[in-house]
Amino acid sequence: MAGETVLALRGVSKRFGAVQALTDIELEVHTGEVVALVGDNGAGKSTLVKAIAGVHQPDEGTIEWQGRPVTIHRPQDAQHLGIATVYQDLALCDNLDVVGNLFLGREIRRFTILDEVAMEKRSRALLDTLSIRIPSVRIPVASLSGGQRQVVAIARALIGSPKVVMLDEPTAALGVEQTAQVLDLVERLREQNHGVILISHNMADVMAVADTVAVLRLGRNNGVFDKRYTNQEEIISAITGATDNAVTRRQARGQEGSE
Amino acid sequence: MSENIPGSPQGGEPERHRAPLPEDSMPKGGVNAPVPVAPDAIPAVDPRLIVRQEGIKGYLGEFRRRMSSGELGSLPVVLALIVIWSVFGSLNSSFLSAQNLSNLSQQIVGTGMIAIGIVFVLLLGEIDLSVGSVSGLCAALFAVLNVTHGVNEWVALLVALAGGAAVGLIQGVFFAKVGVPAFVVTLAGNLGWNGLMLQVLGATGTVNLSGKDIVSRLYSTIYGQQIAAYGTAAVGVALFAGASLVDARRRRAAGVPFRPVADIVLRTVLLAIIAFLAAYTLNQYKGLPLALLIFLIFIVVLDFVLRRTGYGRQVFALGGNIEGARRAGINVAWIRMSVFTICSTMAAVGGLFLAAQIQSASQTSGGGNLLMNAIAAAVIGGTSLFGGRGKTWSALLGALVIGSIQSGMNIQGVSNAIQFMITGAVLLAAVVVDSLARRTQKAAGRA
Repeated sequence: MAGETVLALRGVSKRFGAVQALTDIELEVHTGEVVALVGDNGAGKSTLVKAIAGVHQPDEGTIEWQGRPVTIHRPQDAQHLGIATVYQDLALCDNLDVVGNLFLGREIRRFTILDEVAMEKRSRALLDTLSIRIPSVRIPVASLSGGQRQVVAIARALIGSPKVVMLDEPTAALGVEQTAQVLDLVERLREQNHGVILISHNMADVMAVADTVAVLRLGRNNGVFDKRYTNQEEIISAITGATDNAVTRRQARGQEGSE
Repeated sequence: MSENIPGSPQGGEPERHRAPLPEDSMPKGGVNAPVPVAPDAIPAVDPRLIVRQEGIKGYLGEFRRRMSSGELGSLPVVLALIVIWSVFGSLNSSFLSAQNLSNLSQQIVGTGMIAIGIVFVLLLGEIDLSVGSVSGLCAALFAVLNVTHGVNEWVALLVALAGGAAVGLIQGVFFAKVGVPAFVVTLAGNLGWNGLMLQVLGATGTVNLSGKDIVSRLYSTIYGQQIAAYGTAAVGVALFAGASLVDARRRRAAGVPFRPVADIVLRTVLLAIIAFLAAYTLNQYKGLPLALLIFLIFIVVLDFVLRRTGYGRQVFALGGNIEGARRAGINVAWIRMSVFTICSTMAAVGGLFLAAQIQSASQTSGGGNLLMNAIAAAVIGGTSLFGGRGKTWSALLGALVIGSIQSGMNIQGVSNAIQFMITGAVLLAAVVVDSLARRTQKAAGRA
C-alpha cells in the first residue's frame, strides 16, 4: 500500500547540553503511509518532529528527502521541501483572522499586493472539503474554540500541498466528534498520497489510522511495527519498556558487536 | 472585517441582483458571515453563531456587541477629540477659528510623522525610545550640510533620511540579531544619538535654516487656490469609493461575503463630509498646507503597506505570535530590523518638519516632551501597546488630540507645568483604555 520512500532519517542524534535527547534514530516515511510516532513523555517525539521541521538541527546523522540527503536549517527549508508541521501549540496568530492564519507565510499575491478575495475563496473551499465548522473565516482566531483552532492549524498545513504532514498530538484537546473528523482527515491525507507522521498518546487513534507504528523510548528507537501484524499490548510494552522485543534485542546485539 | 451579505432569513429583503442560491437560506451578515457550503457537505454554519441583522438595528446591535467585547477601535479618540474641541472652543472662540485649525494641521505633522514610525514598532509589541534624539540628529545633519557646508539641498535631505535609516538599522541589528531588549537598545540610542547631534551641530549649537531650502518649502508651502483643498478631498473620497466598489464587485464575483452598496455609500458620505469640511476650513484661512498633504500621503501609503501587502501581514503576525510567525517561515530578524529602520526613518522625516517649523536645528531639537508626545499620539490614536493591533491613522488622530490640547492651552495661556501634567494624564488615560479594552477583549475571546 505504501509507495516510495519520501522521507528517511538515518542515525539522527540530538543533544541539549548534558541531555542526549535523540540517539541514532532511524525512521522512514513512504508516500501514502501513516506513521504513528509513539512513546512516553520525554521519549523524544517532539524533538524528532522539530529536527525534521528545521526548528532544531540534528547533531549527527542525515535526513534524506526522496532519496538524497538534505540539510534543513530553518523551518522555511522544510516547507520548501514539502514538509508541513502542525505543532502541539498550534502556533496560530490570535490577532489575525482565519484566512490570515491559513495563508501566513504563503500569501497569494497579485503584483505584490495580497489577494484577499482569492485567499478567502480558497480558505472557504478548503474548510468546506474538510467539513470544518467555523463561524466565519474573517473573525480573529482568538475567538475560536480549541477544537476549531486545531482544525484551522491542520487546514493550514494543507495549504501548501505538502508531501509529508507531521501532526503533533492533533487529537489531544478535541472532543469525540472533532477527533473523528481529524482521523478522517488523516485518512484523506493518506488517500491523497501524502506521507503522514502522527504523534499521539491515544492508542485507539493510533490503531485506527496508522499503517506503521514507530516507538521511541528514552530517545532511541524501540521498535517499528506494521499495524497488520501487531496489537496494542505489544506497542504499549515497547513504549514502557516492560518487555524487550526482537527489534531492541537485535539493536542491542548490534551495538555490542560494534563496540 | 465586517463584510456581509445583504438579505437575511428573518424577513430582510432578498438580494435582487442574482438568482437565489442554496446558501441564501442560511443566516448571514456581519463579521459573523457564514461559510458557504459545498453541495454535498454538512452545512458549515455553527448554530451558536450570533448573526447580525439587517438595517440600522443590525448596525446598532453590531456596534453594541463590539463595544461590550472591547473592540473600541477609534471611538475613544474621536470622543476625546470632540470633548477637547468643544471645551477649548467654548473657553475661547479663537480655538475653532479657521486660522488656528489650519495652523494646528501644520503643527501636528512633525509629531505625527514620528508617531507613524512608532505605530510600526508598537505593532511588533516593541518600543523605540530613541525617536526624539534621532529626529534631532537628522535635522542637525540636514542643517549643517545644507547651511554650513553648502551641500545641495536634495543631497542634504537624502543624507538626513539615510542617516535616520542607518540609525534604525543599527538599533534593529542589536535588537534582532544580538537579542538586546529593544527598550534598552533604544534608551541607549536616545542618549547616544543626542550626543552625536551635539557633535554635529558643533560649537555654535544652533544652525538657522535659510528659509528657502527644500525642507522649509515642504513645510511652509500652502496652496492658496480653492481647488487644491477641495480637489484633494474629492480625490481622496473618489479613491475610497472606487476601491470599495471594486473590492465589493470582486468579492461578489468570487462568491465571498461583500459589503453591500448601501453600506459603501454611507461610509463614502461620512468620509466626504469630514474631508470637505476640513477642506472648507483650510480654504477659509490660507489654503491647503503641503505638509498636511505629505502627512496624509504617508499615512495612506503606509496603511496600504500594512494592510494589503505580505510585508504588513508579517508585521502583524509578529505582533500576534512570534513563535508562530517564525514557524510560518517568516524571517523574524529581518522584519524586526526593517521595522526599526522604518521607525527611525519616519523619525528623521518628522525631525525635518519640526526643524522647518522653528526654522532651525538647535541643541534642544528632538528633546523635551517630543518622544513622549509621539508615543502618546500613537497610543491615544488606538494602536495597542501590546502589539498586533493598530493602524497608521492612529498617528493622525493621536497627533490631533495632543496638538489640540497644546494649542488650546497655549491660547488659554496655561503654563508649561500644567501642560505637561495634563498631557501626561491624557497619555495615562489612553494606556488605561488600551489595557481595559484588552482585558475585555480577552474575556470576550477577542484577544
